[in-house]
Amino acid sequence: MPADMPTPADLLLDVQDLCVSFRSERGTIRILENISFTVGQREILSIVGESGSGKSMTSLAVMRLITDPNAIITGRIIYKGRDLLQLDARAMRDLRGREIAMIFQDPMTAMTPVYTIGWQIEEQLRAHQKLSRRAARARAVELLGEMGIPAPAKAATRYPHQLSGGMRQRAMIAMALSCNPSLLIADEPTTALDVTVQAQILELIQRLRQDFGSSVILITHDMGVVATVSDRVMVMYSGIIAERGPKPLVLAQPSHPYTLGLLNSIPPMHGARPRRLPSIPGSPPSPTGRPAGCPFQPRCDFRFEPCGTRPPLFANGEQEASCYLAEKGLPDWPHERAIRAEGRQREGAAA
Amino acid sequence: MLLPTLRRLAEMIFVMLGISIVVFLIFFATPGSDPAARIAGRNATPETLAQVRHSFGLDQPLPIQYIKVMEKLFISRDLTSFVNRGQKVIPAVIEATPVTLSLVLGAAVIWVIFGIWVGVTAAATRGTVIDRGLMLLGLVGVSMPVFWVGSVANLITQSRFHDTWLFHWVPGLGYTPITQNPWLWFKSLIIPWMTLAILYIGLYGRVLRANLVEAYQEDFIRTARAKGLSETRIMFRHALRTSLITFVSMFGLDFGALVGGGALLTEVVFDLPGVGRLTYQALQNLDLPFIMATVMYSSFFVVVANALVDIAYAWLDPRVRDAR
Amino acid sequence: MSGRVPMLEAASVTKTFVVGSRFRSGGIQHVQALSDVSLKVFAGETLGLVGESGCGKSTLGRCLLRLYDLNGGRITFKGRDISGLGQRELRPLRADMQMVFQDPYASLNPRRRVGDLIAEPLRVHGRRRESEVQDRLRELMDLVNLSPEFLTRFPHEFSGGQRQRIGIARAIALAPSLIVADEPVSALDVSVQAQIVNLFMDLQDKLGLTYVFIAHDLSVVRQIATRTAVMYLGGIVELGETDRVLHRPAHPYTAALISAVPEPDPQGNIRARTILRGEPPSPTNPPPGCRFHTRCPIAQERCRVEVPLLRPLEDAHSVACHFPLDGPNLPNGAAPGHA
Repeated sequence: MPADMPTPADLLLDVQDLCVSFRSERGTIRILENISFTVGQREILSIVGESGSGKSMTSLAVMRLITDPNAIITGRIIYKGRDLLQLDARAMRDLRGREIAMIFQDPMTAMTPVYTIGWQIEEQLRAHQKLSRRAARARAVELLGEMGIPAPAKAATRYPHQLSGGMRQRAMIAMALSCNPSLLIADEPTTALDVTVQAQILELIQRLRQDFGSSVILITHDMGVVATVSDRVMVMYSGIIAERGPKPLVLAQPSHPYTLGLLNSIPPMHGARPRRLPSIPGSPPSPTGRPAGCPFQPRCDFRFEPCGTRPPLFANGEQEASCYLAEKGLPDWPHERAIRAEGRQREGAAA
Repeated sequence: MLLPTLRRLAEMIFVMLGISIVVFLIFFATPGSDPAARIAGRNATPETLAQVRHSFGLDQPLPIQYIKVMEKLFISRDLTSFVNRGQKVIPAVIEATPVTLSLVLGAAVIWVIFGIWVGVTAAATRGTVIDRGLMLLGLVGVSMPVFWVGSVANLITQSRFHDTWLFHWVPGLGYTPITQNPWLWFKSLIIPWMTLAILYIGLYGRVLRANLVEAYQEDFIRTARAKGLSETRIMFRHALRTSLITFVSMFGLDFGALVGGGALLTEVVFDLPGVGRLTYQALQNLDLPFIMATVMYSSFFVVVANALVDIAYAWLDPRVRDAR
Repeated sequence: MSGRVPMLEAASVTKTFVVGSRFRSGGIQHVQALSDVSLKVFAGETLGLVGESGCGKSTLGRCLLRLYDLNGGRITFKGRDISGLGQRELRPLRADMQMVFQDPYASLNPRRRVGDLIAEPLRVHGRRRESEVQDRLRELMDLVNLSPEFLTRFPHEFSGGQRQRIGIARAIALAPSLIVADEPVSALDVSVQAQIVNLFMDLQDKLGLTYVFIAHDLSVVRQIATRTAVMYLGGIVELGETDRVLHRPAHPYTAALISAVPEPDPQGNIRARTILRGEPPSPTNPPPGCRFHTRCPIAQERCRVEVPLLRPLEDAHSVACHFPLDGPNLPNGAAPGHA
């Protein structure tokens, strides 16, 4: 285990070999394959990936919110020493919202349209704490205020559709934090928002660990968001971990070609504009059409013989990647490929 | 909330005015036929025809005729049947209304309670045998014609098994006003209520289940689970509440239509002297003033029910309140 | 630039949407979607339109193609005033100006084969023989890098990126000179987004297309656009060469927008940025004076009363601000320009 991984005492969440698959008429469809990760106290872990990578499924599995009777979930999800997969439904329900809370991409559809946001926050408070209506409302208003909503007492009487996207997401976060959870799972919390509002929400999420002492799992497809708020990052591709490690290392010198491709395909805001954007050919496979061996191999420019068999995670210091290129030290990318990531690092330091 | 409600009521009156004009035109301005002859009924004497022409102002322009008819319907209320010589139409309709209301209200209570029960139970157990069983029963309920169910019910409770302990309490066909004997009123209506409700329980149960299953796909149900709420609470406070909109709009229309005479078959089968049976008799005799009055009456009820549904909508869904 | 004749010119375009009803609470409300917008699009260039949701960029795109009627102002396409034309008169022009949408799936009839979908404009507009249509179809598939075998498949069989390629093939089928692309890459996965941006640039090189490229993602606009217009609450606040606008923004809104873009910088930290507070006001009730003054960090008394007009700075750069910023306001690495 790498040196400064959180020690077991600091560990809030320890997911080991999480596998999720679904029984279907055409056999078992594997969605997540052997996903392991940890979240330390007051740590922000980003899970990044494209559609079909399994990043949202991971968060739903942790919350035990996969309700499909055909789902098969194996592995261990150790939260504060207890395996969530072994808990009965009642104990799990008690944990949800109180210990682990979740916010979603689109708070417009994620909040029940027919109740005021104050009512919805009160509902969560009263589900977990013995509180009077009045006390719950007072706490809800207080939370809305802490999330930066102007005139919180009035906002509490509004329905979700009466608020702007940014305000709705703030209300959603207020609701998630209402019972002081130790872990907040944010599933694409800013994807539906404008950049200026996104910046506000990201700032808010980052502030949570000071003000509320919460750890955060941030699920996103945006490397920019990853760079802005996280401590560590886990890149997922097609149901497996492609790469994981401390954010500065992974972004500065990726050790999986997929991470590299993802970083390079973002048009730069500074420096020279490439004539053509380096892009990854093809598109992410669907869960039913996953290739054998390394799932990224059909889209990979660095494919070589070993790729026909599934690579394990190879560690280089704190950085791990499931790629044979990372087997003996961090891979050296060809100059014309790596330059962008390096250039960015220099610029970042200068800024 | 008050202003939109008043506005909706104003719209309702406007629609009623429109309906009354259309109904009037159908009866009095259909080309190629003499309204007087139709009002007077078959084999009317020339004197009767002349009397009809005079009293409805048929020699005057249409707007005057319209005002005269409306006056007869709503102000003097002395529209008279010529077929059933001398019977005043409006008092007859007013007399029949409590019967129909008793029948439909009771049935509505039954079908709403059982409809919700069927829908919620099936949705909560979706995919299981219970769900499939309930849906099958619902389908059976929807497919059974009401006059057939009514006749079978009569056959069982009135003749075949009337003397057994199970059905000896069932009174003979007919209606007892609630003011006269509430217990007898209840007893005489319970079989008609259930007969009328069966169709709607099946229909509403199936529709509600579909809406609930759809609601369970919504993001906010996932949020409710993530909040740590119990499944019961998720069902009743989140899924059911948002699924009731279709239910309420169906209810408004069905209730309005039934009160407006749509319970005709049930009324005839159980010999209840309601508006439906009145319409049925008027149709048999081609009693035009009666038909006109009942048509007007039933369309008004549908309009009123619709307005109430809209108001209930705004209460159920704040998004409707704010929709511009 | 000023000497050239623009292919498309919008002069003082105003567009108001009427919402609500006389009979409902709130009564009739007017949403000022565009107020007094003027811009020129020159042949062969890509004009980027950026701004946050509700700023009117999509409405402007649709007005430019006359998919909407205008409430005021004029649109000239290739020297001809098209602002007053009816739908029938616009028909022949439609072949020359096309639109690409954000979600190609929503605009592709799921029950029809891809070949028929792409051929539809060919069959509607041209009097072509069927063999010519088939030849053109294969040519189009080649242009957007899709295999001709896909012509017989249905839209749902394709990934998001492939669907957008189909949408593009359909848009270029009649060889238009102008394409308005409304957020064409924002629904796509990052790795696919780059492919589509490249495709847009390749097609421009091959076919000499002119683009109006609407996006909320500044980095995509920086990659593809020659000039960029920044919009806020129904008006253009800044317009100029892309490098100029993005590296030396003159409008405080542009500067804040750029600052808010999260970049994949390994040392990234949100505190290093200027975060714009609040959210755009409602377009039904825009603030007086400069529309940005409610959120502007440098707003002064004058901004609350006087509407700033779009006025030229140097180098064909214009800004609608009483107190434009000067000098580079952002960490600016290497010299901008295509590598």
